[in-house]
Amino acid sequence: MATATASGNVIRKYLPIYFVLLAIFFVEVFLAFQHFSTATLVVLLLALAVCSAGLGLMYFMHLAEEHRNLLLTLIPVTIFVLLMMNMFWSDSVRLLHMRPFQQ
Amino acid sequence: MSETDAALHGHGALMEASPYAIPSRKFTMWLFIISDAVTFGAFLFAYGYLRVATPNWQRPFETGSVINVVIMTVVLVTSSLTMLGAVDAAKLGDKAKAMKFLYSTMALGAIFAALHIREWFQLFAKGITLSSGLFGQTFFMITGLHLLHVISGIIAMLVIARGYSRETLTPSHVETTGLYWHFVDLVWMFVVPLVYLTNISH
Repeated sequence: MATATASGNVIRKYLPIYFVLLAIFFVEVFLAFQHFSTATLVVLLLALAVCSAGLGLMYFMHLAEEHRNLLLTLIPVTIFVLLMMNMFWSDSVRLLHMRPFQQ
Repeated sequence: MSETDAALHGHGALMEASPYAIPSRKFTMWLFIISDAVTFGAFLFAYGYLRVATPNWQRPFETGSVINVVIMTVVLVTSSLTMLGAVDAAKLGDKAKAMKFLYSTMALGAIFAALHIREWFQLFAKGITLSSGLFGQTFFMITGLHLLHVISGIIAMLVIARGYSRETLTPSHVETTGLYWHFVDLVWMFVVPLVYLTNISH
């Protein structure tokens, strides 16, 4: 890794990540043309999107090379806030219809 | 004392060493990215709930739109790669190469924005606007917010490139802008599957 950076050829170093990101995207496009239910499709596409986001975060944004404290501070907090948002949105649907949210 | 030294060893007796070992500018950008991720998260969660809970959801995207989105995605991911080149060249002090990569990233960002606007006009032609219903409202809000980020990123890069070429700005400015640009790319990885790929007319 250090050799590639020293030579300035960072593009070649991250080319595999680039192709993996594109491959994941093409899998998403393929899945979109299959006849899944909306909920299944959303779950599948979200799982793949999380994988590509993880790769982008770790390699393109160099989070993997940063001090571990940075990752441990930023990522769990973000996931917690997003999960809490998930709770609030389902509750907002319950309030809208004044009945429990249908799973 | 360089910014990295300051981050690693603190400012003499005045400040403690940073627990994250990164310059304040970069840490601030990370905090901005996290808060922006939560903003996009709120929009996407709202969209997701509406999408799954609405039985007659509009599915306006045909093969032509999907091809357009494929090109847009390839362009944006490629721009992330050129941004990596710009940051690396700037860190190594190769100004000419850094500028070349920065301008390539800006050009790719501009192509992305143009394709995005073309997609919007195709939807306008189909009668889908911000006020035409739930799909239009959520689609234009989410993609509009993303497009705003892309355009802001291009402007930021233009300012940084100008400052960097005149040596009023440092390679760390290029790196911080790079972080922002990668984030814009990262958000698109959620926008495409949720907003476009779940709305293809079969």
